[in-house]
Amino acid sequence: MPFNGKSGKFNASINTVEVGCGEKAMKIGGENVFPFYTFDAPIENAPKIGVMITDLGLENEPAGVKAYYEGCTTLGEIAKKAAEMPGADFVCLKLEGGDPNGANKSTEECMAAVKEVVDAIDVPLVISGCKNVARDTELLQKAAEVAQGKNVIILAAREEDYKTVAAAAGLAYNQKVGAESADDINLAKQLNVLISQLGVAPANIVMDVGTAAVGYGFEYVVSTMDRVKAAALGQNDTQLQMPMITPVADEAWNVKEAMATEEDMPEWGPQEDRGIGMEVSTAASVLACGANAVILKHPASVATISKMINELM
Amino acid sequence: MALKGLDIFKMTPKTNCKECGSPTCMAFAMKVAQGAVDISKCPHMSEDALATLSEATAPPMKTIKVGTGDAEYSLGGETVLARHEKTFVSKTRFAVNVTPDMDVEAALAESSKVDYDRIGERMHAEMVYVEYTGDAAAYTEAVKKASGKGKVLILGCKDVEAAKAALEVCKAEKPILNGADASNYAEMVEVAKAADVVLGVSGASLDELYDTTAAIEKLGYKNLVLDTTGATVKETFANTVQIRRACLAKNPDRTCGYPSIVNLSKLAAGDENMQIALASVFVLKYGSIVVLDKMDYATALPLFGLRQNVFTDPQKPMKVEPGIYPINGGDENSLVLTTVDFALTYFVVSGELERSGMPCNLVISDAGGLSVLTAWAAGKLSSTSIATFIQENVEPKIKCRKLVIPGKVAVLKGDLEAKLPGWQIIVAPNEAVQLVKFLKDLKANGEI
Repeated sequence: MPFNGKSGKFNASINTVEVGCGEKAMKIGGENVFPFYTFDAPIENAPKIGVMITDLGLENEPAGVKAYYEGCTTLGEIAKKAAEMPGADFVCLKLEGGDPNGANKSTEECMAAVKEVVDAIDVPLVISGCKNVARDTELLQKAAEVAQGKNVIILAAREEDYKTVAAAAGLAYNQKVGAESADDINLAKQLNVLISQLGVAPANIVMDVGTAAVGYGFEYVVSTMDRVKAAALGQNDTQLQMPMITPVADEAWNVKEAMATEEDMPEWGPQEDRGIGMEVSTAASVLACGANAVILKHPASVATISKMINELM
Repeated sequence: MALKGLDIFKMTPKTNCKECGSPTCMAFAMKVAQGAVDISKCPHMSEDALATLSEATAPPMKTIKVGTGDAEYSLGGETVLARHEKTFVSKTRFAVNVTPDMDVEAALAESSKVDYDRIGERMHAEMVYVEYTGDAAAYTEAVKKASGKGKVLILGCKDVEAAKAALEVCKAEKPILNGADASNYAEMVEVAKAADVVLGVSGASLDELYDTTAAIEKLGYKNLVLDTTGATVKETFANTVQIRRACLAKNPDRTCGYPSIVNLSKLAAGDENMQIALASVFVLKYGSIVVLDKMDYATALPLFGLRQNVFTDPQKPMKVEPGIYPINGGDENSLVLTTVDFALTYFVVSGELERSGMPCNLVISDAGGLSVLTAWAAGKLSSTSIATFIQENVEPKIKCRKLVIPGKVAVLKGDLEAKLPGWQIIVAPNEAVQLVKFLKDLKANGEI
């Protein structure tokens, strides 16, 4: 008597969202099974990988990242090289320079950066802010305007600023809205409802439900994502059927495991290997919990995660 | 599947003899159904009824014990498919792969360098997987070298005679014999029975694995683990998920109710990053034992962190031990900062402090494992609790008299100044992410 397992295929499915334009446009979402459960039903759109670059260039990046971009002098060149990274599907520009507690660049400078990247690449683009809410409100609505016609994801609209950011991105300039909440299924749903009420179509919304590096309260990430997928597929909750995008690089490279130098922690071994380990593990974990796209930065991590997705699909 | 009280009542002798301690057979049956009383309390139950009942009330996934002494671990025994439903109970264990043609002792010594404490939990690869390569004498030799190191051995050996010989040198350590398949299971069951060890079953396909397991159960051996490793990553993931799902389904398929072994040393040999990626997936999705090429810190730090997070009880917060944690080489003259013992808070705050590069002392007092505002609201973080801890534990050791408190409990400042004479109380920002700038500003203003 052979193994007789029940199929876990659902009647509901995740929305399909198309990002970018032309030949290189990509589709995320669309599946009606749990992540990588291809034995239940085929998954049409494999999860996608984005490469994060910042308007501050490469100065603070690990050696392997610097080496990959060797010879690039302008942000446009860096963006082009990022788009060509083996395994990558899209580019994420982070406007880190806009942070009032950091480089505090003017809005004009930041928009010049957006323009430079938009003109340099033909792959889909995600534009993310500097994480300072007040500043991001301004930067992201302007960025939506500058990138008009490119069908980019604006990451992100939050509870505090969705009225401005989601309205600019989703209504005025026809971009995709990234809805960001912090590790709580109810907050994620509420934000989707609010953004929908503005008039943004569900097919133009993706969610960032919050993340952390593995080891740093990652259980909240797991349970939030598990529950979102279970509600979207199992209960046909249309307000949670938006595909999920998870920025991994910022979290993974900013914890002790990735930041302690080999001098400080000689027994831990090479610092960069540990950073890659954290990035790879965090990315693989959020993908196993249902992320439809992840944002990474190290070429070794992108290569590994791309290989893993290919082998699991 | 749980039986109803009435179903159990039908199997009782219905004599109301009271020997079980209950006034009537009906009352007894109801108690058994609730799990309040064990069925064996009734001395008049027929053998058949007992067998049916113990089958029906047994958990769908068996808990399998391996190893001995300090190195004894439970595998399996899970009751849910997602951690938010209840709790995952048996952590994924990591095994390091060795073969007779490598320097087994050197390889194990290298992997054993990873052995550290993370929030009260010892982190190390708990198991060693010894792979058979065709030479029985060399195999026994390798097993001998790997034994006695406080690790659970897994013998990856399908040759019956070689397995028998290897078990002779290590069976007292209660290893796992991962060697049964469709061709040899009858003999392997005898070997495992004789040595009283857990038997690992594998198959060329999910169907073959299932059929072989069913055949072994028929032979009366149920001390098993299932090697779900297939020819590809995709097949392995499909096997592992489907088996776990079948045994935890509404109508559990008990033939699937065993822990799993996933051998990444086979699926991604030599590719450390790929092994980290896949091990992460299998920690989340139902791998009981994950076999890796080696254990070093680049592998250990993410995987053990992930495992610790995933296998926490959702109802119990993770706590760090109260105490003084020096950061960036902080000494008795360095600034003192305090926060709660909720592990997440501790990690975020200590991470930011490390990033600041400033030598300081992070003081953690007992706040019930709650976050700052929750602990304050619950009365577990108060001016009294902080002041008492500072006076009893910090004042004898630290000379600095400047204390930074979390911005979210700025309201405690006045009380603390009153209760801690001689101390200057400084209020930090609300969010940890602002700490680096905050400390930089304090320093620039000459306040610290």
